Amino acid sequence: MDLPTVWFVAIAVLWTGYFVLEGFDFGVGMLLPVLGRGSDTDRRVVINAIGPVWDGNEVWLITAVGAMFAAFPAWYAGLLSGFYLPVLLVVVALIARGVAFEYRGKVDDPRWRARWDVAIVAGSAVPAFTWGLVFANLVRGVELGPDRVVRSDLVDLLNPYALVGGLATLTLFVLHGAVFLALKTDGPVRHRARAAARAAAPAAGATLFAFLMWTQADHGSPATAVVAACAVGALLGGALLVARRREGWAFLATAIAVAATTAALFATLFPAVLPSLLDPAFDLTVADAASKPYTLGILSWIGGFALPLVLLYQSWSYWVFRRRVTRAHVS
Amino acid sequence: MDALDLARWQFGITTIYHFLFVPLTIGLSVVVAALQTAWHRTGRPEYLRATKFFGKLFLINFAMGVVTGIVQEFQFGMNWSTYSTFVGDVFGAPLAMEALLAFFLESTFIGLWIFGWDRLPRRVHLATIWAAAIGSNLSAFFILTANAWMRHPVGFAVDPATGRAYLTDIWAVLTNPQALSTYLHVVSASFVVAGLFVVAVSAYKLLHRDRAPHPDEPGLFRRTLRAGLVTTAIAGAVVALSGDHQAKLMAEYEPMKLASAEAIWETESAAGFSLFAIGDHEIGEVGVGRNVVDLEVPYVLSFLATGSPAGEVEGINDLQRRFAEQFGPGDYTPNIPVLYWSFRLMIGLGLAGVGVGVIGLWLTRRGALPRHRWMYRVAIAALPAALAANIFGWVLTEMGRQPWTVVGHLLTAASVSPGVSLGEVAFSLTVFTALYGALAVVEARLLLRYVAAGPGHVMPYPRAGEPEPDRVPAFVY
Ligand code: HDD
Ligand code: HEM
Ligand code: HEM
Repeated sequence: MDLPTVWFVAIAVLWTGYFVLEGFDFGVGMLLPVLGRGSDTDRRVVINAIGPVWDGNEVWLITAVGAMFAAFPAWYAGLLSGFYLPVLLVVVALIARGVAFEYRGKVDDPRWRARWDVAIVAGSAVPAFTWGLVFANLVRGVELGPDRVVRSDLVDLLNPYALVGGLATLTLFVLHGAVFLALKTDGPVRHRARAAARAAAPAAGATLFAFLMWTQADHGSPATAVVAACAVGALLGGALLVARRREGWAFLATAIAVAATTAALFATLFPAVLPSLLDPAFDLTVADAASKPYTLGILSWIGGFALPLVLLYQSWSYWVFRRRVTRAHVS
Repeated sequence: MDALDLARWQFGITTIYHFLFVPLTIGLSVVVAALQTAWHRTGRPEYLRATKFFGKLFLINFAMGVVTGIVQEFQFGMNWSTYSTFVGDVFGAPLAMEALLAFFLESTFIGLWIFGWDRLPRRVHLATIWAAAIGSNLSAFFILTANAWMRHPVGFAVDPATGRAYLTDIWAVLTNPQALSTYLHVVSASFVVAGLFVVAVSAYKLLHRDRAPHPDEPGLFRRTLRAGLVTTAIAGAVVALSGDHQAKLMAEYEPMKLASAEAIWETESAAGFSLFAIGDHEIGEVGVGRNVVDLEVPYVLSFLATGSPAGEVEGINDLQRRFAEQFGPGDYTPNIPVLYWSFRLMIGLGLAGVGVGVIGLWLTRRGALPRHRWMYRVAIAALPAALAANIFGWVLTEMGRQPWTVVGHLLTAASVSPGVSLGEVAFSLTVFTALYGALAVVEARLLLRYVAAGPGHVMPYPRAGEPEPDRVPAFVY
């Protein structure tokens, strides 16, 4: 594999890490009103289950985007300027949500908390949907002409295929978050989380299946078919396992479902990074967009040193907070 | 009005906003870590209470720093796609390093610190806040390296086939003299702000010490007041020294910025430092401006810029002529009045803050407290002054670089995203301004509320005659 391809894979890995980790944060955020129904203590159980880790999870996004900037400047520039409004929506949602986690508990007033709860739910649902929409459009192609400028407008982006993509990530993250809460909490929240996972599984399974089939039909190869099948299979496995109270395994399964979905999309994209809807000759490819080997080499050294370290201390942090969060814990 | 103007406004507004929180994060993280270390060493509950109290204020501020930073990282691609494509090979590398080496460290360990009070052994828990503080200070290094490269591009070449810059020497980029000097200057300026934050909070609580909920509380703030003053004074010395160095680098690499900041129209030897000037730029054409009024302290500018009172400082008109020959016709002057006043406000307001630190140290020697109430009010006012000095410093740096984004290589006008419409930028600018405005109100109220509530709110005082509780209360959301 040449260096640009290695870095294409590395970027795919970073996005995968991001979706696996922040995917459950998004699910937890969206499920807040459902699982914390009627009791502020329960809502705090839900939020504290991701309290120590959500910020570290979000840095996977910052790293993925920073690495795209360094390794594929034209990809970074084309993606973010081409998807201007969806990206703006995501950023605004992440701001609202991040502040909400930190500020919600700082004033003891139900109206104050209720307002931040809205920010948490919306701030989680919007990116969960929008990332699916963006990646579906990325695979489908953008209005990219010979001048290498992306000119997609909002109406182009809201096509049926991309909307299904958005629904697929949204429902997948709801399921992933429900399974995470079933694993990380105890008492009534755990009970409701399991019920929520059971309820979400059919919707998540159906939309993900539809989305990946559609992707396969339009752009797929035998390899992507295998990965896509893994994704759907893992999702179903997760749903069955959570019903049997095997929450640890169920979480592993939904994590695999998220990872395989991301992998299928990146594999479909390759070797383009921004496919053109107008003419395949205008595609921006891995080779066109890549930085020079010198830069990619330096990035490889830094990444090879830092990522294992990050994985180590982030795993340690999950280990430190391994105990289930309960009502007693937060009051 | 076109997309370029709005993109510039958006960048200026969002970056300045980000930088309202950044200095406090950089400085307070270390202050809180030091307070916790003091508790660890001495076991005295007042240090723990101070750690928790300032820790809470730190976290309220930190959240804003994090969420506004995300905007910065995305904005390059959204609004400045031509710029991003041109510089990514060089500029992206420090940004990626920042995320990998600093942001992960900081965000993971801050989570461990907030939630780990009752889960981790005390020594390990202390290490987590230090790791987060190191992460903050490291992140500043990488981002400032990237920024310094735009002002003094080194270690790269431009590929004639693609027209894109590419890295040839990472070491040159990381050891760019501009980067090292800027790092010292910005980080020490951040510690001035953080020191004065501690001073302002302590002064406020001491001003109202008759309302203290517990007899020990004034003692706590007497200590933090001293700690804040010491931090401010030491950092202030570094700010002044590194600022002097910045001016010398500016004379060397960005003479136009210095000339504009000083409103020096013609090249001069033994130039004075201007205190007040009214310029006249519009009447003539580009390159023939002059000052109508000017009040100077002789020799000071030459000394600042060259290290010798007789040194030569190039003037705007000469530089304009030279650049027009070198880069082709065009206006190479930045906004002179803005630079001129930013430079003065940075130095004036910033040094006023540092002065409060130094005088405060004198007034509080041997455990004394200032008697007059107005002195406490001045100490409180020093905080916004220092923060404003930081902002004016950045306005000087960034607007002084105009019309370039990458000096000598890429004009700001050529940096913008060609595919993004005026409407889109107008929309995002409106959304950010409204959202940021609302969040500023929320955050300021929250800070005031927690300052008013005091340390007893985050860690209740024991009732009279009872011992301090042994269990350390944990933070939870
Ligand atoms: C408390 C804040 C503070 C104080 C007291 C000072 N500065 Fe400063 N200055 C900053 C805060 C700051 C800053 C906000 O941190 C800047 C913006 C970018 C940078 O590198 O630092 C800055 C930039 C900056 C620059 C522009 C660098 C460039 O564009 O290349 C120069 C020449 C100076 N400073 C010089 C000074 C001098 C001679 C000072 C007086 C002794 C001084 N500063 C005090
Ligand atoms: C790595 C760090 C930074 C980079 C790469 C950077 C880059 C840029 C770019 C691309 C622009 C747009 C060009 C323009 O407006 O004229 C800009 C403008 C500006 N930046 Fe920076 N900037 C950085 C840090 C900062 C910081 C920390 C501040 C202040 C807190 C700041 C303040 C400004 C201001 C005020 C403008 C508007 C100037 C103008 O429009 O004339 N910048 N910067
Ligand atoms: C314009 C360029 C800038 C970009 C792209 C940028 C990027 C970011 C990002 C993505 C974050 C959030 C990190 C997280 O989630 O943990 C952040 C926060 C922060 N940034 Fe900036 N930033 C810029 C300017 C600056 C400057 C000039 C400094 C320092 C001198 C700085 C120092 C910090 C610090 C200390 C934080 C605190 C929160 C944290 O690190 O998590 N930033 N920045």
